[in-house]
Amino acid sequence: MTFLGCTIRTTGPEVVGVAGAEDPDVRSAELAAVRAGTVGRVHSWELVSGLDGPGTRLTVFLSGCVLRCQYCHNPDTWRLPDGNLTTLDELTDRIARRAAALKVMHGGVTLSGGEPLIQRPFVTNVLQRCKELGLHTALDTSGFLGMRAKDELLDAVDLVLLDVKAGLPETYRTVTGRELAPTLRFGRRLRDRGTPIWIRYVLVPGLTDGEEDVCTVADYVASISEVVQRVEVLPFHQMGRDKWKALDIPYPLAQTKPPSDELVTHVRETFRSRGLVTY
Amino acid sequence: MTTTVPSTADRPQTMDAWRGFVAGPWQDGVDVRDFIQRNYTPYTGDASFLAGPTPRTTAIWEKLTAMFQVERERGVYDIDTHIPGTITSHAPGYIDKDNELIVGLQTDAPLKRAMIPNGGWRMVEGALETYGYEVDPDIKKIFTTYRKTHNDGVFDVYSQRVKAARRSHIITGLPDAYGRGRIIGDYRRIALYGVDGLIAAKNQERAELDLPLSSDSVVRDREENAEQVRALRELKEMAASYGCDISQPAGTAREAVQWLYFGYLGAVKEQNGAAMSLGRTSTFLDVYLQRDLDTGRITETEAQELIDDLVIKLRIVRFLRTPQYDTLFSGDPTWVTEAIGGMGEDGRTLVSRTSYRFLHTLYNLGPAPEPNLTVLWNDKLPEAFKRFCAEVSIDTSAIQYESDDLVRRQCGDDGAIACCVSAMRVGKQMQFFGARVNLAKTLLYAINGGRDEVTGEQVAPPRPPVSGDVLDYDDVRHRFSSLLSWLAETYVDALNCIHYMHDKYAYERLEMALHDRNVLRTMACGIAGLSVAADSLSAIRYARVRPVRDERGLVVDYETEGAFPTYGNDDDRADAIAVDLVREMMRNLRRQPTYRDAVPTQSVLTITSNVVYGQATGNTPDGRRAGQPFAPGANPMNGRDSHGMFASALSVSKLPYTESLDGISLTSTVVPAGLGRDRSEQVANLVGLLDGYVVSAGFHLNVNVLNRQTLEDAMEHPDKYPQLTVRVSGYAVNFVRLTRAQQLDVLSRTFHAAV
Repeated sequence: MTFLGCTIRTTGPEVVGVAGAEDPDVRSAELAAVRAGTVGRVHSWELVSGLDGPGTRLTVFLSGCVLRCQYCHNPDTWRLPDGNLTTLDELTDRIARRAAALKVMHGGVTLSGGEPLIQRPFVTNVLQRCKELGLHTALDTSGFLGMRAKDELLDAVDLVLLDVKAGLPETYRTVTGRELAPTLRFGRRLRDRGTPIWIRYVLVPGLTDGEEDVCTVADYVASISEVVQRVEVLPFHQMGRDKWKALDIPYPLAQTKPPSDELVTHVRETFRSRGLVTY
Repeated sequence: MTTTVPSTADRPQTMDAWRGFVAGPWQDGVDVRDFIQRNYTPYTGDASFLAGPTPRTTAIWEKLTAMFQVERERGVYDIDTHIPGTITSHAPGYIDKDNELIVGLQTDAPLKRAMIPNGGWRMVEGALETYGYEVDPDIKKIFTTYRKTHNDGVFDVYSQRVKAARRSHIITGLPDAYGRGRIIGDYRRIALYGVDGLIAAKNQERAELDLPLSSDSVVRDREENAEQVRALRELKEMAASYGCDISQPAGTAREAVQWLYFGYLGAVKEQNGAAMSLGRTSTFLDVYLQRDLDTGRITETEAQELIDDLVIKLRIVRFLRTPQYDTLFSGDPTWVTEAIGGMGEDGRTLVSRTSYRFLHTLYNLGPAPEPNLTVLWNDKLPEAFKRFCAEVSIDTSAIQYESDDLVRRQCGDDGAIACCVSAMRVGKQMQFFGARVNLAKTLLYAINGGRDEVTGEQVAPPRPPVSGDVLDYDDVRHRFSSLLSWLAETYVDALNCIHYMHDKYAYERLEMALHDRNVLRTMACGIAGLSVAADSLSAIRYARVRPVRDERGLVVDYETEGAFPTYGNDDDRADAIAVDLVREMMRNLRRQPTYRDAVPTQSVLTITSNVVYGQATGNTPDGRRAGQPFAPGANPMNGRDSHGMFASALSVSKLPYTESLDGISLTSTVVPAGLGRDRSEQVANLVGLLDGYVVSAGFHLNVNVLNRQTLEDAMEHPDKYPQLTVRVSGYAVNFVRLTRAQQLDVLSRTFHAAV
């Protein structure tokens, strides 16, 4: 569903469950297909403008994530098995059908999630199919699994939307439950490869708005600025709250308010002062 | 075919008026397109040449703005209760006589509405009573005793079956009590040929009509021709009362704008048509403006002033209508639709500087719903023009877009839009407007064996109702098909009565005088509730739908278990159902005999009647509750299109235009941030969306770029937003003039957004 002010993923009424998972033969065939990257777990898709990369894009939300971000607005994408089993051909058909329009709209395809790198073989294949169709590709990732992304995968990526969730390792652990270092390493690797990046930073009052956190992130981004085309400071919002409730997961930010305009401006200025194009 | 213009070309005045124009067949017969093609200057530059409003323009607009506030409070500013409107009925009227560049009002004062009772007296009387005006007994006597109206005629001939279908709201909004409209006179002809030239051409047509013996149709044609000539003479007389001699062609840009406007004015002085569209005038007028600019007769500021002044006049066209009418067509619309831009058959763009000048009035005068500026969009349009349109949309939400390729394929490159989405060749084609039928209700009739789900009345022929605990798709679909066939027959039967009587008692003599003798007539049928019907069928097919019966044995509700795909998400399972319904309805319509052998077409358009259609329709199997509004036009149901604005548009673009040649309407609202992070990105992405939509065979897109908060604030503080314009279904309205129910309906629609 598209709610006011926010893209929130819901599976929607069109989703049906996957039958036959109990049959051991079916399951092993499925596992083989997963390894080969000919099937994947897809949460949903959307055609969006001005977000998730340039132009109007088909954004595919893949299931599965290893982070547990406190502010996640798509907690229903966390569990890999919750996604719809989708074959590579099915997904590529959808993309191919709309390829002409996506090109005219100066857009392309964005793989998002969840964390798309969890499904590396599938993601690699989808990206390569997109390039065969002449489409611009973007990968929306936290970078935590950046090590998993082989060069053949990154060769098929035109833009990485890199979500740097905090500047300080402790904050990163608090926000996500995981380590910061892999993300920073991944960003440097992209710089060395010359892969363009859009940095994203979700600004949560009381969580990611510490001056030191922000400055550290900004310094890091400045250090890879050769490939950073823009920084997007995304103000925290409460549009995901209902999903946490629906999934019956305790929501740590239930009482958190969106950041003030002043705070958002200040944080954007912090990035801008380092010569970064910031929104 | 063209009609020749004898003798005028030899006159010295005519040759002087045409000085500097490239000669061609347009000089030997009425052929405005040929004139445009040989003489216009395509413009591929940007908007930097445009001039702002002059103090004169601003002063006139401010004077009217103060009057608009009074009009909003009272409902109408003033009504002439004594003199019914005709071309020559009223003495000249002015806003500011000494300062107007283009003159002419419908009555003798601005915003003063005329009674136009030929369509029906009840509508006039109802309006007078609503607004607290006394009915002039003499006028009432004339139109109830001596002069029969269109409305009286129709009810003399309606069959019982039609009356029952009309009463139950399965067929509604029929133009049987008001003017049908949707006829575009080629008002450009007056500027190019002068009225005397047009009369001469009509006289020659008459000579041809005198040759065959007097059969029914020949007699009708001769009478119509006589009425057309009479109307042209009256038009000259009306113009003369403003000090203008329009017998000869316009010799200057100012005259061209004025002559053209007089033609339009004559039409709206005596026809209260549901939609009174202008046509495709901007690039035609550009030829005259460019000639005067080239010879130094006018400056750019003066050129813009002429267009601003024309648009001011078009913004104050008013008709006397009732609140009931307003529930169908809310916000007092007139559909002064002007088609702008597009590409010519030879590959040159038809965008001219005057295309820009028309759009620029939205800045010089501020946003407004009228005239209904309609850009014929093509991905091959000049890039600068595309960006300008996107900027105007983002700033004003006042433009609608239609596919130039689809319109040109059907109408050539001199087609225009009547009302919202009805494309027609200017001066060569007209339509018999047919409102629409309610497909969602038809589905409920199919389930209930032809009985109305609200009243229980047997409206359609009796059939055994569905039986069993769960609805079976094949069974319901089969029943639906047989009802569609009954519906099409009943519907066209009603329209045949209506248009026979409209031609007889409220013939559009001036508009038709500005057409060729032989015109293509279409019988423009329409459907409403497409998305409700498609989603309901999808629910029956892909989920389990249990009918809930009341004590009368009527199915009045549905319990739906399980998930089902919905129309509006680029999902073929649901979209194909909608496509099938459109095709099947059209097949049925094509089978019907039509008045004057009109060619049946259909539209998927509701105007704002989606609200009243919803009110008249019970619970539906898709989960929509009784009374809830339908989605407007071909839109997916509000909130069910969950895959983004473009996915929603892609579903709509699957509806085949060849099966709905009267147009397919889609209205989308996007918040500015949903288009991009900054203005240049928003502009580029909106251009991209429009390109992507027409490339995907989409036909029409109404774009609102709005924040929900703005609309909510406008509901609370209407005075702060006198010019806030929103596009609804094929037209735009002042948001603050909508009823509260309609405002809430607009707010309930999907706002496509993103963070």
